Amino acid sequence: MNALIPLIAVIVLFLVGWLGTDQAGLYVLFGAAIPYIAIVVFFCGLVYRVVRWAASPVPFRIPTTCGQQKSLDWIRPNPVDNPYTLFGVLVRMALEILFFRSLLRNTKTELKSGPRVVYSSNIWLWLGAMAFHWSFLVILIRHMRFFTEPVPFFVTFLHQADGFFQVGVPIFYATSFILLAALSYLLLRRLFSPQLRYISLVNDYFPLFLLIGIGLSGFWLRYITKTDIVAVKELALGLVSFTPTFPESVSPLFYGHLFLVCTLFIYFPFSKLMHMAGVFLSPTRNLANNNRMVRHINPWNYPVKVHTYEEYEDDFREKMKKAGIVVEKE
Amino acid sequence: MATPTPDTIEYYKKEKLSDIDYEPPAGGWMDTPVNFRPGSWIYPGKAKHLQYLDLPNPREWVVTEKDWKLQENWKEIVLKGMSERLSKYRSFKLFMDICVRCGACADKCHFFIGGGDPKNMPVLRAELLRSIYRNDFTAIGRVLGKIVGARELTEDVIKEWFYYFFQCTECRRCSVFCPYGIDTAEITMMGRELLGLLGLYVNWVIEPVANCFRTGNHLGIQPHGLKDTLEFFADDIENATGVKVKIPINKKGAEILFVTPSGDFLADPGTFTCMGYMVLFNELDLDFTWSTYASEGGNFGLFTSHEMIKRLNAKIYAEAKRLGVKWILGGECGHMWRVMHQYMDTMNGPADFLQVPKSPITGTVFDNARSTKMVHIVEFTADLIKHGKLKLDPKRNDHIRVTLHDSCNPARALGMLEEPRYILKNVCRNFYEMPENTIREQTFCCGGGAGLGTDENMEMRLRGGLPRGNAVRYVQEKYGVNQLAAMCAIDRATLTTVCNYWAPGVLVTGIHELVANAMVLNGEKERTINLRQEEIPRAESGSAEKGGAADVR
Ligand code: HEM
Ligand code: SF4
Ligand code: SF4
Repeated sequence: MNALIPLIAVIVLFLVGWLGTDQAGLYVLFGAAIPYIAIVVFFCGLVYRVVRWAASPVPFRIPTTCGQQKSLDWIRPNPVDNPYTLFGVLVRMALEILFFRSLLRNTKTELKSGPRVVYSSNIWLWLGAMAFHWSFLVILIRHMRFFTEPVPFFVTFLHQADGFFQVGVPIFYATSFILLAALSYLLLRRLFSPQLRYISLVNDYFPLFLLIGIGLSGFWLRYITKTDIVAVKELALGLVSFTPTFPESVSPLFYGHLFLVCTLFIYFPFSKLMHMAGVFLSPTRNLANNNRMVRHINPWNYPVKVHTYEEYEDDFREKMKKAGIVVEKE
Repeated sequence: MATPTPDTIEYYKKEKLSDIDYEPPAGGWMDTPVNFRPGSWIYPGKAKHLQYLDLPNPREWVVTEKDWKLQENWKEIVLKGMSERLSKYRSFKLFMDICVRCGACADKCHFFIGGGDPKNMPVLRAELLRSIYRNDFTAIGRVLGKIVGARELTEDVIKEWFYYFFQCTECRRCSVFCPYGIDTAEITMMGRELLGLLGLYVNWVIEPVANCFRTGNHLGIQPHGLKDTLEFFADDIENATGVKVKIPINKKGAEILFVTPSGDFLADPGTFTCMGYMVLFNELDLDFTWSTYASEGGNFGLFTSHEMIKRLNAKIYAEAKRLGVKWILGGECGHMWRVMHQYMDTMNGPADFLQVPKSPITGTVFDNARSTKMVHIVEFTADLIKHGKLKLDPKRNDHIRVTLHDSCNPARALGMLEEPRYILKNVCRNFYEMPENTIREQTFCCGGGAGLGTDENMEMRLRGGLPRGNAVRYVQEKYGVNQLAAMCAIDRATLTTVCNYWAPGVLVTGIHELVANAMVLNGEKERTINLRQEEIPRAESGSAEKGGAADVR
């Protein structure tokens, strides 16, 4: 059920984009208005969410330490998994963001008879996640060639590197396949692992189907209908220069693809996809474990009711005196 | 023979307890109600303790009854409390928003591993709260409701929170594996604070809190009682070593204030660790003092609310100031060190009336504690050993084959991993590590932390203790390990039960118990019994050279 609704939703969204242009002729709506709205919602939403997070202070310094602390001179600290300097924190964060360091630790726990609990390394999720995210990034950058003239060198470079394994025309991009394979894996594990299925919500399947929809429709456009790339670029440049045009030779399927992308952009700020920004702000990762070295300030620290020594002594003075424990007030 | 009750280990057949089904039940988790079976939950906090601490809604109530006697406007209270905490803690807000339900944390929690209840997967534990967050604090949740994982706050949700937020030991293991560092312990802490607003506490936590507030320690030991206890320990020490140790109490002008969890005063084997400290300090002729007012290092406030952490913790610095000490030394405890390390300075500092800690024996300056001014005793002792300041005869511990249980908080809130190992290897010649997925930052909880270590919760303790118990049994079978060292007072109490059940034959010890047993003391008599007042087995003829103590160093 949780998987079916998003699947249908994505199919419907695609059809809306496709038929909305092909049948209803709403080119301005699907080719210009919605993309503009999507971009605005995406950026404003992103900023809004991050500002909202930032508005909540970090009252305590609570890093999760995953290595030896810095203490005695002769004990070698682990400056990355348990950073105590800003530089260490930066390295830790870079590893988390670029290489999903924590996910790489993933283990699989099994119970054998006895009972015996056994742990084995389990890097499949890490592999799938890395494959998906990196190929998504590469594809995103590759798309820059539609929006720029002249095309920046790194886009061309990526484009050539990605198409390195040329198998006929058009060039096959490795990332097209990696993206779809990785997304399929992420989807299948959600569907077939009983625990994952149990925790998975519509909010989890929807982005996966949406991304798969985007990937498949893009794939279709490129390799099957072989849509007119030059015309697509004309359309894209038109959008960038705020003079939208809708060349005839652009396949109507393209508008289905575009509409899914717009949906992703609009959906992004309101969803778990915000982990992209959130990961930078996570207080268990982005703080140095220098707690005893440098005092952390809590902006809302307030006085609390305590039991003072004087009150304590009042409670126990006679007993203390009898036991020969010195007291302040005889 | 009386039939065993659910608060004893005999009640639980191993075959049955370890027949664990990781397959979640049919039907959605939101439609699966809580089953309060005996042995898996903790008695409610008594009204008198809530009253003493000025906490809301003090009353007597019963977990298994339908009516939990909540306030009229309980729902409003909870939602207001959530809103307040969302704006005060970025951690809370962020963790509510960014989980992708990748499931990496799912099989990392000892309660899930040992029990299979899907709501003990950290991600689902968090969803218990997140579902309410979606419903009342996000636009999509408000509009789309259940299909996007939102649900309405009802009394059943509160009961579910009570059950599962007291089935989390706030050990932070899940946080190590989460790609965003989502710390379910933090979410549990928020959940418990919200329950607290309704007067829903467990007695195993709130009674110690009330005791600590009044008497200075969780156990409610009064000043004269503490003195008696320490004197009693001194007698035992003299019996074992021939040395009469000094017991400075509330001594003004001492150089160091020593604070340790009160568990060390009461229950074996923690008491032997306490004797260990006393032997060490006496041998060093350390200018230190005990305090009857700050007689608790631990802080069950951590299992109650941030405010309560601060209320209990305040007396540490206050006492240091009153006594005019230079710095503070802390004993072997787990959660205590999360508080001392991550909260104390922020809450009750700055400790500008103290000095940067410096070992009077070695001259080492503990620069890592330059702001908080509090040093962990294993840092202190490791430094002593490194500088050759202790005469050690580790052969006395030859009958012991020891492994180290990294306590959750020293491992995952400080990273105190090598110090205890260094000490252990110097005081005992047979040290073995448990499998690598069960130690250091990946260490498993004892199953009884965060206020869950009470007997009425026995089933969950045994289940939660399975991964640790299993790792212990592994080294027991493989290397003949017969002692498990732990630098945590809760561990010393709860792991004893866990080992009895899952790895019978393995005893639990503190680090400084082994240190003191290995120490060659000035003016000691021939050491034939250890701090447990047990005969030290003679070295077998194989390990020949009759070691004068000094040459073992
Ligand atoms: C700084 C940037 C980002 C980082 C560090 C990051 C990291 C991660 C990690 C570690 C996971 C968990 C592993 C997994 O389930 O695959 C994840 C999941 C996911 N990410 Fe990202 N991500 C980033 C940006 C994005 C962006 C831009 C998107 C999409 C447009 C995205 C989409 C997803 C999706 C859909 C999942 C869930 C996969 C599933 O359901 O299993 N991420 N991300
Ligand atoms: S590992 Fe983190 S992101 Fe993944 S399900 Fe658990 S809490 Fe959520
Ligand atoms: S903090 Fe520990 S007990 Fe709590 S959910 Fe995480 S792993 Fe489980």
